[in-house]
Amino acid sequence: MSENGHGWEESGPERLYVITGGREADAAQSRLDLVTLIVSREEPGVGMQPELAAILRICRSPLSVAEISAYLALPSSATGVLLDDLLTDGRVEAREPASSLPDIALIEAVIDGLQKL
Amino acid sequence: MDSKSSDTVMEPREADRLPSSASSAVKIVIVGGFGVGKTTLVRSVSEIRPLTTEETMTQASTGIDDLAGVEHKSATTVAMDFGRISLNEELVLYLFGTPGQQRFWFLWNGLFEGALGAVVLVDTRRLEVSFDVIGRLEEAGVPFVIAVNAFPDAASYPTEELRSALDLPTSVPIVVCDARRRESSRDVLISLMHHLRDHTLTAEPG
Ligand SMILES: Nc1nc2c(ncn2[C@@H]2O[C@H](COP(=O)(O)OP(=O)(O)OP(=O)(O)O)[C@@H](O)[C@H]2O)c(=O)[nH]1
Ligand SMILES: [Mg+2]
Repeated sequence: MSENGHGWEESGPERLYVITGGREADAAQSRLDLVTLIVSREEPGVGMQPELAAILRICRSPLSVAEISAYLALPSSATGVLLDDLLTDGRVEAREPASSLPDIALIEAVIDGLQKL
Repeated sequence: MDSKSSDTVMEPREADRLPSSASSAVKIVIVGGFGVGKTTLVRSVSEIRPLTTEETMTQASTGIDDLAGVEHKSATTVAMDFGRISLNEELVLYLFGTPGQQRFWFLWNGLFEGALGAVVLVDTRRLEVSFDVIGRLEEAGVPFVIAVNAFPDAASYPTEELRSALDLPTSVPIVVCDARRRESSRDVLISLMHHLRDHTLTAEPG
């Protein structure tokens, strides 16, 4: 499904190279999961790289890495590179996903939430 | 200057914003053959209009270019639909619907890693397309349930017949759903969570 109309050109290799400063997006090394929630700690500054400013703007309320990638029309690995920079500078905060080995309390919370739908 | 990209960034609609109390997220992956209804299921239960995220899959080719000494890489862009359900003020569930080409699912870094589990959506007319993914989920230790998407023109089979056709142990739930209906899709997710609860209680009693 591509109803968002993200074309090939938009995330072509040249654009990605410019945005990430040519760094390999090493997904294996990223500390970010697709569902890590990102929240801005500051407002975008004047003259900031547009993609970084966009992240600070859309993350005024929490957004997952997957959502940020979708809104920026960037591969999640490239988004990870940008977020790593913002995290290092303390300009955003990351809220880690719940444990991958879920306990009963978490499972019950998910069931409760689904039953309210 | 390069202001075009910032102008074209989509923004979440006001209604799509999570409360600032949202503190952690979990994910469930929806897998299944081509056209089996994965996107439909995500859309029917999601609170946001499904979004699409892409990943570039790079596979180093076997040969080395002797002249340049550069390794060739072939890249393919794979897109995945996902939706979201706020479970309470703190906890958020994301649902990822994998794209049709199965060979990419397990290359996607961190897709299954940390996932609560998976829903294998099947069409009884094409059960065989699910064999491979079921095998891989078992190998990876990802808990899963089978959801039979009941297309009107597909014959319905007794669960036990499907179970033996898919070679599944009795511990794996098999449920029937209509992916277009919100409550039906929600019930599939609840079955997965019940399965996970049983699984967890058996693993560490007390
Ligand atoms: N009758 C019926 N049709 C369905 C159901 N679920 C999906 N469909 C239809 O089947 C078609 C394929 O559904 P999708 O949700 O796009 O399937 P998909 O698994 O995401 O497909 P790919 O991403 O291409 O692999 C669409 O035309 C849906 O409207 C269902 O439960 N019943
Ligand atoms: Mg789809």
